[in-house]
Amino acid sequence: MLTRVLIADDEPAIAMSLEFLLRNEGYETQIAQDGEEALRMAKKFLPDLIVLDLMLPRLSGLAVCLALRADAAHKHLKVLMLTARGGAADLARGEAAGVDAYQVKPFGTQDLLAQVRALLAAKGGSDVR
Amino acid sequence: MLKGWVIVFASFAYIGFLFAIAYYADRRADQGRSLISTPYVYALSLGVYATAWTFYGSVGRAASDGVGFLPIYIGPTLMMMLWWFVVRKMIRISKINRITSLADFVASRYGKSALLGGLVTVIAVVGILPYISLQLKAISTSFQILLQYPEIVMPQKIGAVSIVNDTAFYIAIFLALFTIAFGTRQLDVAERHEGMVAAIAFESLVKLIAFVAVGTFVTFGMFNGPGDIFGQAMARPELAALATPFGAAAGNYVSWIWLTILSMLAIVFLPRQFQIAVIENVDEKHLNKAVWLFPLYMFAINLFVLPIAFGGLLHFQGGNVNADTFVLTLPMSQRQEWLALLVFIGGLSAATGMVIVETIALSTMVCNDLVMPPLLRFTRARFMPHEALSNLLLDIRRAAIMAILMLGYFYYLLAGEAYALVSIGLISFAAVAQFAPTVIGGLYWRNATRAGALAGLSLGFLIWGYTLMMPAFVQSGWASIALIEQGPFGIELLKPLQLFGLKGLDQTTHAMIWSMLGNVGAFVLVSLLSRQSASERIQATLFVDVLSQTGERTGFWRGTASAASLQTLLGRFLGPLRAAELFDGYARANGAASADELDADARLVHFAEIQLAGAIGASSARAMVSSVVDEEPLRVDEVMAIIDEASQAIAHNQELEEKRAELEAATTELRNANERLQELDRLKDDFISTVTHELRTPLTSIRAFSEILHDNPTLDVDERSRFLGILVKESERLTRLINQVLDLAKLESGAAEWQNVTLDLREIIDDASNTVSQLFKARDVQLEINLPSESVMVVADRDRLMQVMLNLLSNSVKFCDAGHGQVVVSLTLQPGSVQINVCDNGIGIAKEDQELIFEKFRQVGNSLTEKPPGTGLGLAICRQIVGHFGGRLWVVSERSRGATFSFSLPIKTMVAERC
Repeated sequence: MLTRVLIADDEPAIAMSLEFLLRNEGYETQIAQDGEEALRMAKKFLPDLIVLDLMLPRLSGLAVCLALRADAAHKHLKVLMLTARGGAADLARGEAAGVDAYQVKPFGTQDLLAQVRALLAAKGGSDVR
Repeated sequence: MLKGWVIVFASFAYIGFLFAIAYYADRRADQGRSLISTPYVYALSLGVYATAWTFYGSVGRAASDGVGFLPIYIGPTLMMMLWWFVVRKMIRISKINRITSLADFVASRYGKSALLGGLVTVIAVVGILPYISLQLKAISTSFQILLQYPEIVMPQKIGAVSIVNDTAFYIAIFLALFTIAFGTRQLDVAERHEGMVAAIAFESLVKLIAFVAVGTFVTFGMFNGPGDIFGQAMARPELAALATPFGAAAGNYVSWIWLTILSMLAIVFLPRQFQIAVIENVDEKHLNKAVWLFPLYMFAINLFVLPIAFGGLLHFQGGNVNADTFVLTLPMSQRQEWLALLVFIGGLSAATGMVIVETIALSTMVCNDLVMPPLLRFTRARFMPHEALSNLLLDIRRAAIMAILMLGYFYYLLAGEAYALVSIGLISFAAVAQFAPTVIGGLYWRNATRAGALAGLSLGFLIWGYTLMMPAFVQSGWASIALIEQGPFGIELLKPLQLFGLKGLDQTTHAMIWSMLGNVGAFVLVSLLSRQSASERIQATLFVDVLSQTGERTGFWRGTASAASLQTLLGRFLGPLRAAELFDGYARANGAASADELDADARLVHFAEIQLAGAIGASSARAMVSSVVDEEPLRVDEVMAIIDEASQAIAHNQELEEKRAELEAATTELRNANERLQELDRLKDDFISTVTHELRTPLTSIRAFSEILHDNPTLDVDERSRFLGILVKESERLTRLINQVLDLAKLESGAAEWQNVTLDLREIIDDASNTVSQLFKARDVQLEINLPSESVMVVADRDRLMQVMLNLLSNSVKFCDAGHGQVVVSLTLQPGSVQINVCDNGIGIAKEDQELIFEKFRQVGNSLTEKPPGTGLGLAICRQIVGHFGGRLWVVSERSRGATFSFSLPIKTMVAERC
């Protein structure tokens, strides 16, 4: 079974770039355009990792993260938060909400992929390669 | 069964207890641990206002006049609101000048005039006599009634028995001895009477408790609560009438107003009230609490007046029980002997409290302002040694006390039968009200003169005597009734109860109107016509400006004196020991080793005079001091110079005060400005943070796709060109964003350049619609332009106006459904302005979002479909531009019903431009 990554970003261009990068790595991906949709899709898609934008419409990335963490179905889910700010306060809030790692926009694609790989390896999941 | 000796014993026991309280309070005062230095004692001691008149008479008045008894208590309550201004000023003056009485106060204000002090004393003594007789009548009546217990028998008429058998006579003697023992024990007559104040405060409690006890007993013991009493009373029309204010029984509103004014003045100018409120005041701060505590006391003691009055009227229906005795006779009729005794003690409290303070105050006046000045001037009294002099002073006071009470007794004999308790009291109230113009005028009107005060007081007092005092004697049968009915010598206009034809008023109101008119008129007129002497000028300034003065005032004196002779003089009145003590204290405070080294300068002379004034009053003190110093009289112009200097100091003070206030205002302004700056700073930070975020978004896409293209050279052509397309689009977005941020910053800071010209709005709209026509075609949205046939001239910057139009048009097309979208542009002409409307049939904007969309970076899109492409700055920029043209930009819309964006512009005189 392929490793699944859910992309939650309301900017179509950014979501598209992430989709390309992650599929290129061999992951199975889906795209959510707002926080509520992200929660809905996570339920069905059961991703191993979610790339979650902080400033999502309808439900913020933080709220999505908290909701996911409260759900036992996503016990092993890794959360990679994308943020355009990256201030200390944001990081602290993210930490408290259960975020595993950060990438600050604009991110470097190789950095992002390395981070994704690291997170999934730490999870001890199957190596897709 | 109450035997006579039980009543007498209880009375003596009670008064013995008062002595104990006074003694204890005096001892505590000597130890410096004052018992009375609390606002509660101050407020309670003000309760000396409630005398036997209140205790017995209010019920009597209520039984005949209904709620008409109330103004006497409303007045003091109202006066309490002015207490802080008027009485505080009097207290401050009295403390600084060591004023000993009301007469002293008036004399001191008008140049330490002995004549004026004497006049005030005479008015006070004559005016208060009826009031004292009232207390005698109340005690003797209640004593005689109680003596008959359990029978209820009204006492015999006054004068029916010889003086030797008259209870009232013995009561008067006894009260005089009691007051002498109470008030003239101290040798140093200048000190305050702390023991007396403590005893008076206690008496206020006793009479309140006694009255409330009767009230409770009548209301709940004899009847079933207030509802029962009032219910029964209202069932009888003659009683129901009593409960109506301004009704026939309670007097019309004119007499209500005058009675209220009268009692407002009485609470300050009755000699005993002045004594307690001003002379005996320990601390000005006590006024703060007293101004609501005292009205509370007044309320409490009046609460049961109507229930007792109605209770009495219902219980003794048709009986010959005098309503003034209901308080006592109601418990007696129920065989409540202990309650009746308590009532008697309560009444005794009310009467003795009044008599003690009143006679002490009056005897001080008589001694200091009536007897001493001629005695010191014309006899060798001033050369007497201290002990003899001090004994002389005390003897004068003792004799004065005895004389006042005896006079009160004779008034009781002469006129006591004619009136009810309350009416007797009102005569006294009207007498002391005559002091009001002189005192209050003296407090606030610098140019009030001694001659004016003399004229006002004399005329007011004469009219009072003619319209109130004399009719009281006439009605008691001591003068021909023809005097009242036909006027003196048959002159109708001079009828004492209808002076100059003024009819239809009750006696007190009538007398108040005429006496106040005469008093104030003479006071003001003569003050305006007369000139102040030098010493008057000085005292007027000292009194009027007392609250703005700081520290001691001296300096209005020039001459030579020796410190030793001043000390000897003081020694004669205050005792050599006390004098030495005072002088040593003064020496130490002024840096001299002992009193021997003191220079007799102006300050020392002033100091000695003030100390002396505390013992013998201001005018006598002045006379005494001038007898030992060689004084060079100051001329008026010199005094004026000194006063000018003083006024300059005051003015300077005020200037400083103003400067301080200015500085404070500036500080506040600065603080506010700083807060505004901080707020702006915060907004700026928010803006930068948002801009940064907005810039990062396209940058993220650009970087990501650039790296993808770079890292994946083997991408197929389609994908490559799609990614490159995104790169181009996002770069454009970034550029647009940067441009708009800069544009907005320029607009907001005012740095934007405007090339305003007069132009035809129709041209701009045509240009704009041509520019966007491609866009509309691409999205298949119809564009309809409805313009008037004449030109519409406005003053605006062509490019900026174009920018607004383009923005609104591209916005509208963005939110329209491709295919059946429609946008209509129209102009509405209004007087002085034109309104441009861009109306679409797109998705519309929810009410709560309609203001939001004009804020920076606040886009409202339908995220289920697609986020609107744009920077979120367009409308904010448009609003800035329209605002700059002097117009307004707004939106009218409903969700899914399209939106109309409109903006207005002022028109450049249409008629002129039309051709």
